[in-house]
Amino acid sequence: MVVMMRKLALAALFAVAMLPVSPSLAQQATEIHVTYSKGQFQPSQVSAPADKPITFRVKNLDAKAMEFESTSLRVEKVVAANSEGIINVRALKPGRYEFYDDFNAAARGALIVQ
Amino acid sequence: MLAALIIVFREVFEAGLIVGIVLAVTGSVPHRNGWIGGGVLAGALAACLVAAFAGALSQLFAGMGQELFNAAILGIAVIMLTWHNVWMAHHGREMAGEMRAAGQAVADGTKSLLALAVVVGVAVLREGSEVALFLYGVAASDGGSGLSFAIGGFMGLALGVAVCLLTYFGLMRIPQRALFATTTALITLLAAGMAAQAVAFLERANWLTSLDTVVWDSGWLLSEKNIAGRALHTLIGYTDQPTEMQLVAYVAVLLVTFMLMRLTGSQPTNRGASPIPL
Repeated sequence: MVVMMRKLALAALFAVAMLPVSPSLAQQATEIHVTYSKGQFQPSQVSAPADKPITFRVKNLDAKAMEFESTSLRVEKVVAANSEGIINVRALKPGRYEFYDDFNAAARGALIVQ
Repeated sequence: MLAALIIVFREVFEAGLIVGIVLAVTGSVPHRNGWIGGGVLAGALAACLVAAFAGALSQLFAGMGQELFNAAILGIAVIMLTWHNVWMAHHGREMAGEMRAAGQAVADGTKSLLALAVVVGVAVLREGSEVALFLYGVAASDGGSGLSFAIGGFMGLALGVAVCLLTYFGLMRIPQRALFATTTALITLLAAGMAAQAVAFLERANWLTSLDTVVWDSGWLLSEKNIAGRALHTLIGYTDQPTEMQLVAYVAVLLVTFMLMRLTGSQPTNRGASPIPL
């Protein structure tokens, strides 16, 4: 009985989780490269076209981890020391979207979508 | 020091809430402290491992390792929480008949304790790995201010433990009879919220791209980032910009839990069977 229940629950969850899986949609995304060093984003202002998915490539050159975060972009990702983090963002409407390092309030940047 | 305190507290806050709820759920179950403590310890150890290999982890799956890892462990937690609820509904018969304390029914089954220990471990692992990364980074880079950061970090951790105790003692004030229904509802909403969070991670990894339109933006009313927003985020899965798929996952977990509890529960009018007024 318990086993059956568990299978049912599993099946239901997998049905929800697995339905529309398509890992290859990021192809036509706009790539934005940002470097993080000495607690600052370089460049601190980047731009991208509207209505196209965006991929951030954040290179953390510092010796400590940072967390690339943005409320308006709905992203939050820890980038370990001396490594690169890839952050996917859905297609956006024109506007200004701020991002920051959640571990360091001084580091801020903005994405301008036109 | 204050910065470290705030950052660490923010991370351990969610884990504190979850551990507090699980402690209340397991109420007077014998050996529960061992199981929950074991879960916390295993979670903390795993968090350090994840932090140590954070760079390698994020390189997996074309840079989406972190997201998929988070989605996977959240999925495990959802299954464990749902299974716990269904198990409790199934054994509610004996409990209702004998008017025993709700938690005591769990005493017969360490399986349910194991499920909840896993949930606690997952919560600590998720939050703890970020704390470990942050504190390690601070300790590694600047030696001078390192001590005051460490003190701030530990104070943040202590505040997280305080949240856990407050949650626990707050829930324990609820009379035993109502406690079962309350914790069932809490666990169901916790599971639904975690499922929605797992969906968010899959969306960020571009593994889930359909129904990804944001349904509403209630950030102006209650931001997910302030303390009330964070509490609601953990407890009921509040998100200020949910996508359609997140809502689907949320409702699906509620429905599946409700159905499974009715199917396996003793009587349909079981107090715990209706987690929310649908």
